[in-house]
Amino acid sequence: MSITWFVVLSAFIFCIGAAGVVTRRNPLVVLLSLELMLNGGNLALISFSRMLGNHEGQVFALIVMVVAACEVVIGLGLIVAMYRNRIPIDVDGVKEMRG
Amino acid sequence: MREVLFFIAALGAIGGAMGVVLLRNAFYSVLSLVAHLVALALLFLLLTAEFLAAAQLVVYAGAVMVLYVFVVAYIGGVDDPGLRQGGAVTRLGPLFAGGILIELCIAVIGSGLDALDGQGPHVAAGFGSPAEVGRLLLEKFLVPFEAASFLLLLAAVGAIVLARRRTGLLDEADELPERAGEVPIGGGGEPHVPEEDPHPPAGTAEGPGDPTVERGDDREPVEAT
Amino acid sequence: MSAGGWGWLILLFPLWGTVLIALFWNALPGRMAGWLGSAAILGSFVASIGAFLSLHSKPEHARIVTSNAFDYVKTAGVNVDLGILVDPLSIFMCLIVSGVSFLIHVYSVAYMESDAGYRRFFAYLNFFVFSMLLLVLAGNFVLLIVGWAFVGAASYLLISFWYRRKTATSAGIKAFVMNVIGDIGLVIGAFLLFNHTGALDYAGVFRGAQHASTNEGWLVAACLLLLVGAFAKSAQLPLHTWLPDAMEGPTPVSALIHAATMVTAGVYLIARMHPLFEQAPTAADVAAITGTATLIVAASIALVVTDLKRVIAYSTMSQIGYMILGVGSGAYVAGLFHLMTHAFFKALLFMGAGSVIGAMGGEQSLDKMGGFRRAMPFTFRTFAIGALALAAFPPMSGLFSKDAILAFNLDRGGGYAVMAVLGYVAAGLTAFYAFRMVFRVFYGEPVEQATELEHGHLWHPEQPTNPATGEVEDTDVGFPGPEHHVAEQRWPMRFAMAPLALLSIVGGIVLIPGVTTWLDDWLKPTFDSSRFIEQHPSQGAEWAGIAVGGALSVMGIFVAYSLYMRRRGATLGMRDRMRGLHDFLFNRWYFDELYDRLFVRPVAGFGRFGQGFVESALVQGLLVGGATGIVARGTAFARGIQTGALRAYALLVMMGLGGLGLYFLIVSA
Repeated sequence: MSITWFVVLSAFIFCIGAAGVVTRRNPLVVLLSLELMLNGGNLALISFSRMLGNHEGQVFALIVMVVAACEVVIGLGLIVAMYRNRIPIDVDGVKEMRG
Repeated sequence: MREVLFFIAALGAIGGAMGVVLLRNAFYSVLSLVAHLVALALLFLLLTAEFLAAAQLVVYAGAVMVLYVFVVAYIGGVDDPGLRQGGAVTRLGPLFAGGILIELCIAVIGSGLDALDGQGPHVAAGFGSPAEVGRLLLEKFLVPFEAASFLLLLAAVGAIVLARRRTGLLDEADELPERAGEVPIGGGGEPHVPEEDPHPPAGTAEGPGDPTVERGDDREPVEAT
Repeated sequence: MSAGGWGWLILLFPLWGTVLIALFWNALPGRMAGWLGSAAILGSFVASIGAFLSLHSKPEHARIVTSNAFDYVKTAGVNVDLGILVDPLSIFMCLIVSGVSFLIHVYSVAYMESDAGYRRFFAYLNFFVFSMLLLVLAGNFVLLIVGWAFVGAASYLLISFWYRRKTATSAGIKAFVMNVIGDIGLVIGAFLLFNHTGALDYAGVFRGAQHASTNEGWLVAACLLLLVGAFAKSAQLPLHTWLPDAMEGPTPVSALIHAATMVTAGVYLIARMHPLFEQAPTAADVAAITGTATLIVAASIALVVTDLKRVIAYSTMSQIGYMILGVGSGAYVAGLFHLMTHAFFKALLFMGAGSVIGAMGGEQSLDKMGGFRRAMPFTFRTFAIGALALAAFPPMSGLFSKDAILAFNLDRGGGYAVMAVLGYVAAGLTAFYAFRMVFRVFYGEPVEQATELEHGHLWHPEQPTNPATGEVEDTDVGFPGPEHHVAEQRWPMRFAMAPLALLSIVGGIVLIPGVTTWLDDWLKPTFDSSRFIEQHPSQGAEWAGIAVGGALSVMGIFVAYSLYMRRRGATLGMRDRMRGLHDFLFNRWYFDELYDRLFVRPVAGFGRFGQGFVESALVQGLLVGGATGIVARGTAFARGIQTGALRAYALLVMMGLGGLGLYFLIVSA
């Protein structure tokens, strides 16, 4: 069992998350997939931190967790505001970027 | 022993990830993410990152996921056809994700980094302890640490701004959409005139949050999903 | 002032004239444009006299003067200056050109008086004179070609002067196209000469040609190409068909350009390039033969055509054939002598014809004219003088000049003697058709226009019509003005015709064999290097030639007299009996039909093919349409990416990420 396995696993998790972001229409699930990607990244960071033998990767991963939490908070707040304003909760429904 | 644990944790992680993406009900997706996070914490432990494993469980699985659960409960499951509906993007997405996966695997496995093939250097007993991480946070990475806390403050303020009520409880905009016949929580105030709604929420079997109800603002109605 | 200075003045006066008239045409009151133009040419004539006197005061060997304005091009191997050559030949030509042009300008002041395009006319005319003088004074091939091309352009502008007339514009195009063919020959000839001699100025080219052997390939080719240019400009076979059609222009234009000046440019060219032609005798022989052929063909056609101006045009063609024969066979001074006398009497004839056509109200057909003798005495007398000079009646100038050429050729013997005999035959024909004109126009029963004029009243048709096609025209710009003018009523026309009549009579004095050698002496410095300069027929031979020429002329006039005066209508009977020959001559030996079949139709067909296939299908459809189509479809495709759908954009980001990863994988592998 080498570090490689962890890194490959993190690649797996990242790609599953990416597929989820592109595929799902519910913004909640999109955010969840985003979390998956971040977690994949975290796993890689910690693997490399173990490989190099210093804690910098772990600190980085901690900060990533903080950022993920903030992002989740704002994202969910947005979804709640959408719901309150009777905007359809559907990623395909917002097409103002068209053209 | 470690390999067994690794495989169990890996299975849990991948299973949770697949569950997030594939399950139709948003609530189930949240739950599978929680499972995924726990598996990840186990993996962190295997990598002698104890503090981070704990932080993952407490912060991520504990706080962030609870937040998610609340919102999903509030909004409920949107009728999401998930992966079944087709469409070019839905077909191409997993394809390109698979492509990226293959590239990453090639990069990692075929890379010339010898260190990846080992288990890492022999570390002292306190590797990954809060003390070590804390020392780095306060010595070398003080500025990112402070910036992160600032970011948290911003996020908190932003969340409150986004979700605040504009006026009192009696504001129509903040009322929960009604089921037929029910008295809204908090008294309701003025009587509701049901004929305001062009489509009274008759299809409440799907749950609240029928997105086709319009209130005269110019949003384009979403097609039946 | 130095000779070079006079030379530049000769050029500058008409240039100022044309610029002033062209720029200030609106500000010039009344007929001022005409007087301004005439004054400019008078200035040029005075400058020519000044140059003449300046050269005359120099010793003989110093009479070739070049003057440079500035160095135009000075690079490796190419040395072109803006330089003029003032030598006896150029001053001779300048005197003739500016003198005759001045008289024609004065004539036009009256003739074009009521034309709406009066000022445009004089601007063009001055421009033409400037170009012709530039051609004559040029000291190197570059300026020669510039002058040559300008003259062609001026001719086009003036032929299609009445531009609303379809016949006029077609004639202008025809003249221009044939002139361009000549231009091509001239330019390529100049290239060849430059290629082999490395020089563009005359002196350098002549020196370089001396090193070539006689009849060397490139020299003959270059001379033949120069001949192409000369023939196009001088309306010799086979590039002659434009000259009769050029009579669509106003009569002063015919007088100036197509009698006295432009058509003589070819003669001048051969005379100027005589060192080259003497080194390439083959080319010189080609010139002589072509000149002979032309003079016979043109004289034969002039026997039968019925348009007054066209008879004179064919006579011009024929007489220039004589000049080409002269300079082609080495009789340079004789050829130029004939150029001078011909300028006098031909311009006079055209002016007289203009007067007659004015009296006829624009009608030009001989069939409709008659009996103008009493109505137009002045015109009659001057026209008759011109016709006598053309017919080489003794002692008019035409006799001396024509016979100088023919005597020289007889003296050279061999093929040249044959050509001289043909020249004498044509001289007889010339006398005949010259007086055919006189007798038909001025004698016989007066037509209605003549009787009206006898009462002092100019006849006008009810509606102005195109004399060639008969279609009705209005008198806007681009058509002739409503009024016509005759010499009897307008003094400028008489002022112009009288000196020419005088010169036609006495002009021969410059070179009477055995008595005067003024022209010979004057032109000697230019032709010193020629090996023919010392060759003279003996005096006895010359006087015999003159006697023969005089006799032929009298005979020709007598035949015309008997056919047209004694037995009226006899020619009609002759025409009916010799219908085939008459039609062949009347249709101008079918040259136009031949060219139409050989050149015009294939080119038109090619043009249609080009339009249909290349232009429409290929360029418009494939290239333009294809280019715009590709752009349109490409942008439509690019626009299609902007769907506004979030997931699609996310997919694009992923695709980009994948691509980037692929790139890095490949690069690091």
